[in-house]
Amino acid sequence: MTVSLIAGQVLSGLTTAMFLFLIASGLSLVFGVMRVLNFAHGSFYMIGAYLAWQVVSWLQPMGADFWIAALAAGAGVAVLGAIVERLLLRHLYGLEELYQLLLTYALVLILGDVAKYTWGTEQLSVHRPPILDGGVPVLGTTLPLYNLFIMLVGPAIAIGGGLLLSRSSAGRMLRAAAQDREMLGALGANVGALYTFMFIISSFLAGLAGALITPIESVVPGMDVQIIVQAFIVVVIGGLGSFWGTFWGAVIYGLTLSFGILAFPEFSLFSVFLLMAVVLIVRPWGLFGRPIR
Amino acid sequence: MSVPLTRTLVRPAAPPARRVPWTLLIFLLLLPLPWIGSRYDVFLMNQIMIDALFAVSLNLLLGTTGLVSFGHVAYFGVGAYVCGILMKTCGVPFIIAFPAAGLGAAFFSLVFGYFCVRLTKIYFAMLTLAFSQIVWAVCFKWDAVTGGDQGVADVPFPDMHWMDAVPGLGELSQNSKFYVLTLILVAVSIAAIGQITRSPFGRMLTAIRDNRERAAFIGLNVRAFELSAFVVAGGFAGLSGALYGIFTRGVFPDYVYWPQSAQVMIMTILGGMNYFWGPAIGALVLDWLNQEITNYTQYWPFVLGSILLVLLFALPGGVLGGLARLGGALRRWTARDA
Amino acid sequence: MLEIQNLSKSFGGFRAVSAVSLFVETRQIVAVIGPNGAGKSTFFNLITGHLRPDGGRVLLDGRDVIGLPPHRICGLGIGRSFQLANIFPRLTVLQNVQAALLAHRGKGRDFWSRSETPFRDDAAALLASVGLAAVADEIAGTLAYGNQKQLELGIALASDPKVLLLDEPTAGMSAGETHETIALLQRIAVERGLTLLFTEHDMAVVFRIAQKIAVLYQGRKLAEGAPEEVRANPEVRRVYLGEHA
Repeated sequence: MTVSLIAGQVLSGLTTAMFLFLIASGLSLVFGVMRVLNFAHGSFYMIGAYLAWQVVSWLQPMGADFWIAALAAGAGVAVLGAIVERLLLRHLYGLEELYQLLLTYALVLILGDVAKYTWGTEQLSVHRPPILDGGVPVLGTTLPLYNLFIMLVGPAIAIGGGLLLSRSSAGRMLRAAAQDREMLGALGANVGALYTFMFIISSFLAGLAGALITPIESVVPGMDVQIIVQAFIVVVIGGLGSFWGTFWGAVIYGLTLSFGILAFPEFSLFSVFLLMAVVLIVRPWGLFGRPIR
Repeated sequence: MSVPLTRTLVRPAAPPARRVPWTLLIFLLLLPLPWIGSRYDVFLMNQIMIDALFAVSLNLLLGTTGLVSFGHVAYFGVGAYVCGILMKTCGVPFIIAFPAAGLGAAFFSLVFGYFCVRLTKIYFAMLTLAFSQIVWAVCFKWDAVTGGDQGVADVPFPDMHWMDAVPGLGELSQNSKFYVLTLILVAVSIAAIGQITRSPFGRMLTAIRDNRERAAFIGLNVRAFELSAFVVAGGFAGLSGALYGIFTRGVFPDYVYWPQSAQVMIMTILGGMNYFWGPAIGALVLDWLNQEITNYTQYWPFVLGSILLVLLFALPGGVLGGLARLGGALRRWTARDA
Repeated sequence: MLEIQNLSKSFGGFRAVSAVSLFVETRQIVAVIGPNGAGKSTFFNLITGHLRPDGGRVLLDGRDVIGLPPHRICGLGIGRSFQLANIFPRLTVLQNVQAALLAHRGKGRDFWSRSETPFRDDAAALLASVGLAAVADEIAGTLAYGNQKQLELGIALASDPKVLLLDEPTAGMSAGETHETIALLQRIAVERGLTLLFTEHDMAVVFRIAQKIAVLYQGRKLAEGAPEEVRANPEVRRVYLGEHA
């Protein structure tokens, strides 16, 4: 167990963590404000990844620009989110949560097949932007520059979004809406527009995350399901609806996964679900959530 | 939570006098299939019956008690593995392996359920999901016992020689004999769940569903009742899993993968979760559609998702709910003319 | 028979209920009044086990019921009706009361009979006594609000309580409905030998049927006594009517 090995595991765990934070923050925000647990968040992520690949391949003749593709992917998924919220989700507000959950699950099914139909089942990948090729030596191990980028930019984007929400008047209204939607409506605030805005931001984050993962992992069917479970675990650990909770939840999860695989390669699957169960049993509101008992 | 009553799935109480023995009727209706239907029909109906039991067991939680469990497939899986392992690896006869599967599943429901019922709503749902995926992970990895990702292959048929003694059954193929066995076991199980639902115990569950807080104030230990429902539902899910393992001649970890929980939930709601036979109807419709559509296209998930959307927006009461509304509208229409 | 000793509850730094004591004799009708925010609902929640107090005891016939879960407290004979009609909306009116009877009489674990049969007549009789016989087969959630409150009372009575705690029983009712409800309460209390403890905003109601009144103000008990005493109490007048009483 050398220093470089540990360092490597820590860095890998943190990369995963920051990346998951970028994804899970959208999920947590939507739940915190709208009380909707969006199963389809993982599907948005996947669509973002596919869109990024698509835009890169379109731009290929002109010189593929990864950054444009990433932003386009985020924007594309944001539009998708807007459509979903306006046309479908908003009709189910006020009904039992089960209906909303089922709606988002229906989207998982539909979007999964739409992706399969459009892009097939082969693994697709996107090259790293040349500016981020290569790595830097850290504590005896090499940290790829792209991973460093994720570790810095991931939280920067998410925290920026979070600050925007907590400092701006839109953010204040969103938090009020989370407490009492009817009251806010009675005060004249356009709660519907707020919810749509919230959902758009969340979708954008998911799509962007999907785009940013493409240089590291291949784009395949099934990545939607795989990521959403991890995102759930992160928000449970951190506390549903808590922004900083999601951050620390992601860190804990990322490091646990990283070291868990090292220590018990057979049981990594088992241990992350066990972690989720333990948190729900002992402290269901997670690290930073509001106590519910 | 204030929900307009018309949007929740309200159904007028059935007059207590009229009691049609539906289980018996359906049993008699389905019994002749091996003689009058094709091999394919028998195969499909066998699948439907198993899924119907699974879905009816889930509805004991969902429709009757108001517990949204996303992890019901765990108990289905436990039942399948217990029965499959006992029969294949240990050579235990079906007559012991089958109840053992139910008991094993009930045991796990007791342990998991104890923790789950201390939570409500979304947290409850997530913990049920977490537990079911722990079961999945164990099944996937514990090569020594569960066969890992290879699963338990070649689960044998039960010993059905006793059927030769019954006139008419002896000439049937193994598959058809198993169909008859499934029919009997599923009918008895569903009848049992029906009795439980109709009993005073069942009434306590619906009171808890309607108003958990008030239920405590009429003297119900809500957690204890919810746990009981959880255990009963889990036990019957285990029985359906046991049958499924034999039906498919093998038990594999993806039986316990969480989309299967979603699928059975969709079945339950498709048929109508406010009606006892709703889930069974849902199983019928969904399994039949699945078979038909996968003949033409690989995009069954897309179809399933679309069905779910239609269900949520146009037909929240499911098939039976829609039929009831239609019946009500027809009655009002004819009454107007009279 | 119901002795409340020094009950206290704080939420964060806020003292909702502060060392309130009250003695309720058997068959007495006692009202707890006070301006909004005085702590009346919290007080009730503490007695019925909905909330845990920070300090104090609640003795029912000498037995401390603090810390018992709501279903146990109900079993011991403390019944409760809620301010907002708290019924089983998807069951029929009859089924609502029948469910309460089933629960109370220990039939909850019966797997073998049918839920409609036991205690049907008792349920019907109970409905008649609260004036809901006509709507027995209606879905409870579709009832008018006043009827839902009556059903509330019916459900509470089904548990055969010795003491009935009523949280604002006439809230949201018209003058006519209030009159009927009070007449009903009085009749039932006498018929069944009930002890009533209730909170109210409607002073006319309070002074009509209460034998003893306790006044809460900012979580503390301000005054207690027979209606006339309380009405004449200068502290009470000040709290309710302002400085110039």
